[in-house]
Amino acid sequence: MADFFFQLPLMVQGVLKGLAVIAVMFPIAGACSMAERKVSAWIQGRQGPNRAIPPWFAWVPVLGPALQKLGAFHLLADGLKFLFKEEQIPGQVNRLYFVLAPALAMIPALSTVTVVPLGAYLDAAGQVVPIALAHVDVGLLAVFAVSSLGVYSLILAGWASNSKYAFLGGVRASAQLISYELSLTLAVLPVFLWINAPGTGGTMSLARVVEFQSQPGFWGGAWFIFTMPVSAVVFLIALFAETNRQPFDMPESEADLVGGFHTEYGAFKWSLFFVAEYSNMLVGSAVFILLFLGGWNPLPWISLAKFAGWTGLGGHPLLLGLLSIAILLGKVLAMIFFFMWVRWTVPRFRYDQVMRIGWQKLLPLAIANLVVYAIGIACLAP
Amino acid sequence: MAVIPVQRQPLSLAERAYLPQVAAGLRITLKHLFAPKETMQYPEQRPAIPPGYRGVPTLVKDPHGREKCVSCQLCEFVCPPKAIRISPGEVPAGAGRDHVERAPREFDIDMLRCIYCGLCQEVCPEEAIFLQNQYSMSGYSRAEMVNHKDRLYELGGTLPDSFFKWDKKKAAEEHGHAAH
Repeated sequence: MADFFFQLPLMVQGVLKGLAVIAVMFPIAGACSMAERKVSAWIQGRQGPNRAIPPWFAWVPVLGPALQKLGAFHLLADGLKFLFKEEQIPGQVNRLYFVLAPALAMIPALSTVTVVPLGAYLDAAGQVVPIALAHVDVGLLAVFAVSSLGVYSLILAGWASNSKYAFLGGVRASAQLISYELSLTLAVLPVFLWINAPGTGGTMSLARVVEFQSQPGFWGGAWFIFTMPVSAVVFLIALFAETNRQPFDMPESEADLVGGFHTEYGAFKWSLFFVAEYSNMLVGSAVFILLFLGGWNPLPWISLAKFAGWTGLGGHPLLLGLLSIAILLGKVLAMIFFFMWVRWTVPRFRYDQVMRIGWQKLLPLAIANLVVYAIGIACLAP
Repeated sequence: MAVIPVQRQPLSLAERAYLPQVAAGLRITLKHLFAPKETMQYPEQRPAIPPGYRGVPTLVKDPHGREKCVSCQLCEFVCPPKAIRISPGEVPAGAGRDHVERAPREFDIDMLRCIYCGLCQEVCPEEAIFLQNQYSMSGYSRAEMVNHKDRLYELGGTLPDSFFKWDKKKAAEEHGHAAH
């Protein structure tokens, strides 16, 4: 099986790997929408969706009712509903761009994952080899570059919809994403200043960042959230804004803009926006975890290599690889829960507040943080 | 009325920084996340009906199993939405109830019209019609939503009654006849 896979042309291998990642990511993004409903219900003292169950699942003794209680079949029902619903295109829209926008939302959401390392295994020499779709040195730069294209889909959707709410949503989306992209980028600079010692070959690779967080010793094993807390907080806040999550969901803000950029959308096109938003969240949380929360290392100061040494998994690259992916995925899901938890806790900011926080608070903080860490790293450097 | 000016306190540093406030909010919502849920799972769990609840109007029988309604039609006349329709009839002969003046032949309550005001119960001189605990009426057609006499008795059942007005009347009549 493995031999057959490696005999395939490189192009086909890449496509298959990409499809495998999408096949995992797409359902998780869909499941997140159900998790969102359940978490919101639990936080508000409700049960949430817990009714739908196909009869043949009702016959399974324990699992069936458990899945029913978790609303797993509502997810299927919702998905089917979105597929089979009538696709309405309002009369006033620009049809080409209106149809193009949801597809455009999916492209950056699913393509950023290519440069994000998903796990690691130990090769025969005991070296940690990261698992990623594409091992490229631009790493994080590529994530930033491609993910910022995602805003074009929102602007396009808002503009093509030719209605005032959608238009305002699109305008807000562009303003917000430009404002917070600066802080987002400035917040990660100290990390890359630290891992790129002068004189060595520079890299923006996320795998390298994780490598730095899995060194032996107290300072080597510390995750960057401990050594650079301000960076982590600024990055996290900017991430909320970049993924349009509450309290920063200006483009959507259903209270004042009906539905913002997706006001005129329905059925499957609308759900594409939804999945794209969750995919963005998945990739964004993965990047945050790789940068600040130790990536695939199970615990602070316990690196994957050490863990493999204890459990004797070092000789099983497949098992260790799957385990590391599971660890990263577990952390990502925890982050997604955090996103939801915050959403149902903090009220939405006003538009002027969003702008003020972005330009007057977060950006100076990020710059000050960068200056302090630049000086500190210069002093520490040998 | 005295006007009391309230000094608005300036925000403390922690409040202006906002993040500690967010953390406090997260703690509260986390507590709610694990708290028991308020939702009643309706068809399986039913709410407790308080006494005096005005549900679907029903006809009741006395402990002897006699229908109490004498089809005086007061409820029909008082009913504001005209939901009640009564066709008076004779008491079936030989049932040992000949001393009761009359009984309804037909007794229909149209639940699509009923407004659950309880005036029928209020006005009934025989205490024969009661608004009881039943609160959920549903049907697939208009005809199904009309409660006929048998259905009304089925819903109503028997209510405790210690007075037995018609028995007393009968006894008094017989006593009176015996005296003559």
